[in-house]
Amino acid sequence: MEQDKKLYTLLVFSENFAGLLNQVTAVFTRRQVNIESLNVSASSTQGVHKYTITCWSTEEQIDKITKQIEKKIDVLKADYFTDDELFIQEVGLYKLSTQIVLEQPDISRHIRKHGGRIVEVNPTYTIVSKKGMTDEIVSLYETLQEYNCVLQYARSGRIAVTKSPVEYLDRYLEERRKVYEAQQEKA
Amino acid sequence: MTTERITGAEALMRSLINEGVTTLFGYPGGAIMPVFDALYDHPTELNHILVRHEQAAAHAAQGYARVSGQVGVTLVTSGPGATNTITGIADAMMDSTPIVVICGQVGTAMLGTDAFQECDLVGVTQPISKWAYQIRRAEDVAWAVSRAFYIARSGRPGPVVLDFTKNAQTSYVDYTPQKIEFIRSYVPAPATDEVSVRQAAKLIDASRRPLVLVGQGVELGDAQAELRAFIEKADMPAGCTLLGLSALPSDHPLNMGMLGMHGSLATNVKTQQCDVLIAVGMRFDDRITGRLETYARQAKIIHFDIDPSEINKNVRVDVAVTGNCKDTLAAVTALLNDNEHTEWKESFREHAEKEDRIVIQPEIHPSEGPVKMGEAVRKVTELTDNKAVLVTDVGQNQMMAARYFKFTEKRSIVTSGGMGTMGFGLPAAIGATFGAPERTVCLFLGDGGLQMSIQELGTIMEQRCPVKIILLNNNYLGNVRQWQAMFFNHRYSFTPMMNPDYNMIASAYAIPNETVTEREQLEDAIRRMITTEGPYLLQIAVIEEGEVLPMCCPGNDVDDMLLEIK
Ligand SMILES: Cc1ncc(C[n+]2csc(CCOP(=O)(O)OP(=O)(O)O)c2C)c(N)n1
Ligand SMILES: [Mg+2]
Repeated sequence: MEQDKKLYTLLVFSENFAGLLNQVTAVFTRRQVNIESLNVSASSTQGVHKYTITCWSTEEQIDKITKQIEKKIDVLKADYFTDDELFIQEVGLYKLSTQIVLEQPDISRHIRKHGGRIVEVNPTYTIVSKKGMTDEIVSLYETLQEYNCVLQYARSGRIAVTKSPVEYLDRYLEERRKVYEAQQEKA
Repeated sequence: MTTERITGAEALMRSLINEGVTTLFGYPGGAIMPVFDALYDHPTELNHILVRHEQAAAHAAQGYARVSGQVGVTLVTSGPGATNTITGIADAMMDSTPIVVICGQVGTAMLGTDAFQECDLVGVTQPISKWAYQIRRAEDVAWAVSRAFYIARSGRPGPVVLDFTKNAQTSYVDYTPQKIEFIRSYVPAPATDEVSVRQAAKLIDASRRPLVLVGQGVELGDAQAELRAFIEKADMPAGCTLLGLSALPSDHPLNMGMLGMHGSLATNVKTQQCDVLIAVGMRFDDRITGRLETYARQAKIIHFDIDPSEINKNVRVDVAVTGNCKDTLAAVTALLNDNEHTEWKESFREHAEKEDRIVIQPEIHPSEGPVKMGEAVRKVTELTDNKAVLVTDVGQNQMMAARYFKFTEKRSIVTSGGMGTMGFGLPAAIGATFGAPERTVCLFLGDGGLQMSIQELGTIMEQRCPVKIILLNNNYLGNVRQWQAMFFNHRYSFTPMMNPDYNMIASAYAIPNETVTEREQLEDAIRRMITTEGPYLLQIAVIEEGEVLPMCCPGNDVDDMLLEIK
């Protein structure tokens, strides 16, 4: 069972109604699937919200979850993807003790090697940010931890856009617009 | 379009009338008072039925909707009034029943402050409703109401909740009627894939042992005629789910009986022998399938459904024909060859005869001992020419009514299927008398279930609702007692029950009544019940420890049915 599980990314587009996040997450809770990460943002279509959700699941399970979510009245579209179908980005933020960073030149080397970017330095702390995939961000964190220099650490939820040349949300909205117009004409 | 300046409460009245509403079931209270005040001005257009408990308002709306196909409406106050409707909302969600529940809510300024009778109803009902929405401005009333009705009745129907804040009820708005019949994020019926239609027809044509499972979707899609044409053309035997029982006349030669736990032996056995299983508007509930791992493993499965999330949910299917079954059944039928499956149909007989001999005859024609539930049900259905609406509560009474009542007309069974809600029967029957005023409404319930909504005798009294209440009194929470007997070593933990004098209670509510204890009295008593105008309570003292059989015990293969308990 565990072996069949993969990391899936669910992209959900919804109208801007209050309480939708609850409805979306409730579908996972009911099926006893944990959400690994969750990001809510605007989408390229005005007024449409985009949820990017990752979870470990079997294909059968994620398919059922996706259908249950799409069934919600105010959800426009819900689809699940594997990593190879997406451009993915996550961000890690590391707040480090400046004193330790200065004492241990290795730290700066590691940050550069991992592709981290120093975005702020003051006598008390140093802020590093790193874009990438989960494991890369976690790997830098674990490395820094060894030097006992991390004051705070945060990792963002995943954001993703599809690799496919077809803009499926636009296509859905276009289809729906046609249905609406046909309906109006009949009336 | 005309515009008029009115209150949000009055806008609700106009919007309801605009949706064709004539009947509401409700109960007033502080946060919905402006609406009840507006209601006072519409005594002819809107018939409000005052129930005695808000749960009953929801169940009555369900009963109304189930027999009429129209959206049932419930109107209650905030807080406890609203939470009292929750069982009905959840029940309607499970059984795909279109109702709109309108609840009062505290003013927007007080939201989130734990104000008197404030409850986050939208939050509470979101997981158990098709849509839940809070109306915060009078300007939104027309839109929200029209949207609510559209969502409730379209596609796979279901309950919608409107949480109506007090300030939105009292503030003024330039009202313009609205009619919503399109929501871009909501596709009521998915498109039908032509390929699946052809694949289904091909599988059916090639099938030598087809079996059709008829669900409530056939009633909801008003596809009873299409279903008949479908099964008759290919000569396919069929079984019905509990909620699908009246989608196909009981005496139709291809109707082989009910499916599932207490269904008929033949349909359940044949489920494991058919080569193509064709499910129409049903959802493979565990009470239908028995053990899933072995369910119809030998068969190719075709699933007709309007709800894409039902496809492959419990049972993996070979062909999914999505869409409204009124259209999809017709489309597949058009491609089918005429066919005959005489031998296959004949093979059902052996099991039907076995069940008849061991289970049915002793139940409906017992020679001695106390009256049995089955015989009472069969008498009532016969004496109403199999034309009545059957409403049931939950328990042994429900299963016996479902097994032995017969149907000739569509939309004739009102019962709580998915939730199995005790207390559903009495209020649902009240609703049914308003939804189908020209029909006889027969309600079977138990001594437990009657007491879960016994206060509704007050509604019946006041409205003179012509509900024929048949109380099958076994002095037990019988269904649970049966399980205790079968699976818990006869340890009757809290299932024997002391009963009041139901005749006195009925008399106190001015409901004509009598009690039958002897078989010989039964027929005359039923005749008196039917010929008496208005409500009637007929108490039948039935066998105390009767068993509902046959039974596919939980976790067993569906064809593994117990016919008798030795
Ligand atoms: C609200 C609710 N509570 C509990 C149950 C569990 N339950 C199912 S059947 C039953 C017994 C019903 O007794 P009665 O109404 O007398 O009907 P009988 O089975 O005796 O015909 C019970 C307690 C239920 N289905 N619904
Ligand atoms: Mg009982």
